Amino acid sequence: MTNVDQSMLDLNFCRVPEMGSAPVGSAAETRLARLWESAPGWRGWLSTVDHKTIGLRYLVTAFIFLLMGGVEALIMRLQLARPDQTLLTPEQYSQLFTMHGVTMIFLYSLPILSGFSNYLWPLMLGSRDMAFPRLNALSYWIFLFSGIFLYASFPLGEAPNAGWFNYVPFAGLEYNTGPNIDVYALGMVLLGISTTVGAVNFIVTLFRMRAPGMSIDRVPILVWGTLTASVANIFAVPSVSLAFFMLWLDRQAGTHFFDVLNGGKPLLWQHLFWMFGHPWVYAVVLPAMGIVSDALPTFCRRPLVGYSAVALSTMATMLLGFGVWIHHMFATGLPTLALSFFGAASMVISIPSAVAVFAWIATIWLGRPVFTTPFLFFAGFVILFVIGGLSGVMTAAVPLDFQLNETYFIVAHLHYVLIGINVFPVVGGIYYWFPKFFGRMMNETLGKWSFWVMFIGFNLGFFPMHLAGLLGMPRRIYTYAPHMGWTAVNMVTSVGSFVFAAGILIFLVNILVSLKRGVPATSNPWDAPTLEWAMPSPPPVYNFAVIPFVASRHPLWEDRLDEGVGRSSLEQGYLLMEGRETIGTTPLDAKPDIILKMPDDSYTPFFLGLFSALVFVGLLLHWRDFTVLMVLACSLSLTVWMWPRQALVQRVQDIEHDKEAAHG
Amino acid sequence: MAEAMQTAQALPVGSEGKRSGGWWGVLALIVTEGSLFGYLLFTYFYLASQSEQHWPPDGLPELLIPGVNTVILLASSVFVWVSERCIQRSMLLCSLVSMALAHILGVCFVAIQFNEWSKTTYDMTSNLYGSLYFTITGFHMLHVIVGLVILMALLLWIALGYFDHRRYAAVTIGGLYWHFVDVVWLFVFTTLYLTPYLY
Repeated sequence: MTNVDQSMLDLNFCRVPEMGSAPVGSAAETRLARLWESAPGWRGWLSTVDHKTIGLRYLVTAFIFLLMGGVEALIMRLQLARPDQTLLTPEQYSQLFTMHGVTMIFLYSLPILSGFSNYLWPLMLGSRDMAFPRLNALSYWIFLFSGIFLYASFPLGEAPNAGWFNYVPFAGLEYNTGPNIDVYALGMVLLGISTTVGAVNFIVTLFRMRAPGMSIDRVPILVWGTLTASVANIFAVPSVSLAFFMLWLDRQAGTHFFDVLNGGKPLLWQHLFWMFGHPWVYAVVLPAMGIVSDALPTFCRRPLVGYSAVALSTMATMLLGFGVWIHHMFATGLPTLALSFFGAASMVISIPSAVAVFAWIATIWLGRPVFTTPFLFFAGFVILFVIGGLSGVMTAAVPLDFQLNETYFIVAHLHYVLIGINVFPVVGGIYYWFPKFFGRMMNETLGKWSFWVMFIGFNLGFFPMHLAGLLGMPRRIYTYAPHMGWTAVNMVTSVGSFVFAAGILIFLVNILVSLKRGVPATSNPWDAPTLEWAMPSPPPVYNFAVIPFVASRHPLWEDRLDEGVGRSSLEQGYLLMEGRETIGTTPLDAKPDIILKMPDDSYTPFFLGLFSALVFVGLLLHWRDFTVLMVLACSLSLTVWMWPRQALVQRVQDIEHDKEAAHG
Repeated sequence: MAEAMQTAQALPVGSEGKRSGGWWGVLALIVTEGSLFGYLLFTYFYLASQSEQHWPPDGLPELLIPGVNTVILLASSVFVWVSERCIQRSMLLCSLVSMALAHILGVCFVAIQFNEWSKTTYDMTSNLYGSLYFTITGFHMLHVIVGLVILMALLLWIALGYFDHRRYAAVTIGGLYWHFVDVVWLFVFTTLYLTPYLY
């Protein structure tokens, strides 16, 4: 610090952080635990800002959405198992496939990754919480409320029904008069708020909340993945929020953005949707790839091959991901030049993806693999990634896409991508971090069963979809005639989907059994290299008794790897216990920069989330006065939230008074 | 290297200006809000370039009053900046007066803009241009109103003596947001009022 003038030396505003150690049971440790604890009972439940609690809530909520989306898929597979089935009406089928897509893509795939990152980031980075703990709580509550909002019209038989990408004019008022699309439009704007504040939190956390010494080239790849996804989200999410908002205006306020008769353009919807949609695809896979890049090496007993290449390819993928959205629109009649450019860009994107694939293969190849359940999931993921990637390169070729567009081939591709690159790493990740979350190991026998049943069921269910697509079966049809030649593939697909579901069921049983009877876990049961394994399982409320000093990429493997100079210091470090405190560091080098005062638990995020959701309820039901009232309630909550506090050293008043009290 | 790191240096505590979390958070917020306006203007140009209607339907926009209004908004930003500089020097009264002036100028902008809206012969539903004009200026107006609430809070907090040269991060951060709202107006103004003169 250079600009320390005399008045700044006042200890309230500036001090030398105390170094020391705080072993479990010491007075310092007890004091820390008391500082960071949430109130017991429902008070703590509603007001907690602990990133670990919020992370687990994200994981559980998103997983419940996965199960709901899964049940919807199974019902559709029953309908499609044989030709000319009448289990579902066409309208019911439309609502089911729309809600299946909305649920899996928006309510499961990103939130589950936010769950991992929320829980793990501060532990991996050596911090006591995220940069904005209250914003973290807000992001969860809004996610939960928007999920409920999006499902609110489902029991009435009026759920969104125009597919998850909701093309106009079919989603316009002319063809879709019910509340279905309004629920979808407003729900997505609401969910966008959650995603955005979550992303802002991750970005600031990465740049400011790392332990001293954890320079930017020492952070785990999961952190790179979530950072890249978050940066992409703050650029991309406004696009889809705006599109949905304009659609709602068109439907409810009489504007003409997508109204062909008055000069509006339906293609504008597709542009805005996919300018968001394609980066989003990478946002829901890059953190999952990060899970594998961090956890796979543990089971290969060696560091990841090509750390820098993988980190850079993560970012390169996202950068290119902003320039490929037209490949969703090849069949819309755009100029050939545009098609060629975006087709080429879509093929180029396979290069950074291949870099990551070869890095994983090399890690397995050069390591000594331990064939535990998480390893199986991560290795299985690599295979599915290659299959899903290859079908992606195929559809990036414009002429082939003309043939395959809107067929089951696309359905097969996107499920290989989303289940292969998201669900398999997620389930593997839960097997890997479960001991950290709950202090118990998961059952290996059930684990291996769950992997093989899921892996076989998945391939049995989704590989034949490629064939159905090549045979010309369009997606989103509610049934088909017996003479089309699609009967066998559909039956196999339906059987496979139920086998896959059985695998998920075994996994759930394993979770329940292990929660009750799992073997107690040590702090580092897998002998893993990163900081989250340096503390007891489950972690104490304050995470780190002292803020560690980090000297390498693998703080817990330093003795055997001997990389870099010096050793990380995990027992000795900054104590920081004048209230909830943690260290803020410089963005790249991670030098100590500031002592950050962290907020206490607060009800404000819950109420702000609730009132925001009620604003959207008011808009949906055209309750004008109610909406205005709720907007005022939001403003009031925000004012309470932002009010400068003494405890956080956001204002100066009464400091002198406090000092006297302290001396007296 | 842990060894080489200075651990015994004094560090600021709490929300210290540009080291505070809030400063970084609002920067990220500005990126995402800036993108939102980017997509709004993209929508405008996309639809305008493909429109077969006369554009803008009522002929070229009047420039004088919106131009003056733009100057008013920019002046407001200057006073917010002055207010922050005054706090840095612990000139609290000066800071308070500047912030009040900034707020008044912001309110003037809103009043003039509402007057502009009432003068138009079209509304959101009349035609495509009306939809675009009112949505884009409406979004900006919403941001101005949020900004005015923030300036109001800052004014109150300065008056309550919450800030002096040691801690005033709220003024820096709230001011940053207000500067953003004003800079974004330049893009909106250029798009809606100046570019029609180019074709």
